[in-house]
Amino acid sequence: MGFVARLIGKARRSSPWLLHFDCGSCNGCDIEILACLTPVYDLERFGVVNVGNPKHADILLVTGTVNQRNRQVLAVLFEQMAKPGVVVAIGACALSGGVFREAPNVLGGVDRVIPVDVYVPGCPARPEAIIDGVLLALEKFREKE
Amino acid sequence: MAGTVLPFGPQHPVLPEPLHLNLTIEDEIVVAAMPAFGYVHRGLEKLADIRDFRQMIQVVERVCGICSMIHALTYCQGLEELLGVEPPRRARFLRVIWSELHRLHSHLLWLGLFADAMGFESLFMQLWKIRERIMDINEATAGNRVILSVNVIGGVRRDLDAGQTGWLLTELAEVEKGINALGRTILSDYTVQQRTRGKGVIGGRQALEFGCVGPMLRASGVSQDIRLLGYAAYGELDFAPVVEQDGDCHARCRVRFAELGQSIDLIRQALAKLPAGDLSVPVKGRPEGETVVRAEQPRGECLYYIKANGGRFLERLRIRTPTFANIPALTAMLPGLELADVPVVLLSIDPCISCTER
Repeated sequence: MGFVARLIGKARRSSPWLLHFDCGSCNGCDIEILACLTPVYDLERFGVVNVGNPKHADILLVTGTVNQRNRQVLAVLFEQMAKPGVVVAIGACALSGGVFREAPNVLGGVDRVIPVDVYVPGCPARPEAIIDGVLLALEKFREKE
Repeated sequence: MAGTVLPFGPQHPVLPEPLHLNLTIEDEIVVAAMPAFGYVHRGLEKLADIRDFRQMIQVVERVCGICSMIHALTYCQGLEELLGVEPPRRARFLRVIWSELHRLHSHLLWLGLFADAMGFESLFMQLWKIRERIMDINEATAGNRVILSVNVIGGVRRDLDAGQTGWLLTELAEVEKGINALGRTILSDYTVQQRTRGKGVIGGRQALEFGCVGPMLRASGVSQDIRLLGYAAYGELDFAPVVEQDGDCHARCRVRFAELGQSIDLIRQALAKLPAGDLSVPVKGRPEGETVVRAEQPRGECLYYIKANGGRFLERLRIRTPTFANIPALTAMLPGLELADVPVVLLSIDPCISCTER
């Protein structure tokens, strides 16, 4: 691995940028993700910055179930992310469909559409668990490089 | 450049949820706005076919994670009516306490997101720091931060002991202090006023015609609050709806800010009057008949239609949530605004898309 690639890898691990996509969740996990970014849990102390543009994002946080309509949006977001991107699925719905798995418009978990690297369980996932998931995602970068 | 159509969403930095708006713009001015849905639709009402009426409590709690307790409360009140049971008095007061805690955390959440939509990030952080105290109270009293799962048909599952009551009151005093310290910034800061005054105006009559509910309607001068029906223990508590006349974003902000104080006051009243007694009554039999129940959520009136035929499963469950009623007004509020004001006006209705689409 060249010097530049190693430098970029180190920079990415010390300040990964997040993109959050609500894929049909009940908001429970989403507000917990936002709570992670605010002063009490403060994910930003790990250099994490929440961005709105998928092209700037290293980590994609996905919450909620996948349905026929949002699967394209999710696939497009994943495609536009900076490579190597890591996907963290948060909450029971993103893992398997959760309480909605039998509902008529639900396809199932996020891994039906895009590859998932880290699974964070919980309904809703606790902020501590989400922080743990993001830190695991940082380890995944090392494997992918 | 006549009539460029600009897609806003479904993935947008100011929106925590996927709402899609097709904005027709001329130069920087919005001339028409048309919302599009379906990104969060799960078909939740249909689950009533395969989950029995007790299991449906867990499902309706997940209609929306922000006002989950009030969804379960509405559903349980409907079934209590069908089954002919009356929850004990203590349970009704406890329901008020948790409802108002939910309103507090929801309004703080909204004020924070609203500040973030204006680009006022430090206010967002401060408000969410205060909100964590409410989440701590939720966790200590109900065992969960977000989805409380305290309601059962016929009462509640959890109790408050004397120690928790005292601690809850001290925490509430801290929350009140924090809110009051930020009040001047939220209500009279120059920048906040510039971004919100006169933006997204909707008059009382027009708001009623669009079928708006909750803080949206109250900010336009219409005094409507479903809590005045006196469900749970609201009939025994003393409060009056917060009403503002302007109908713009700042008025909606003022209404929700004043409701923070109102919720704290209601919790104090409920704790002072909290009677001793059982938490729930045993429920036997299966529901039969149909009913309509309403409750006031942080975003406004929520309506449940429940039809049962005496079996394990409900025949039909229909949920109408407050954001569903408030979104049509956007088509009248957005035209004429600059594109940069769209996020602020959009957030001012407090959109909850997972409620809307279920």
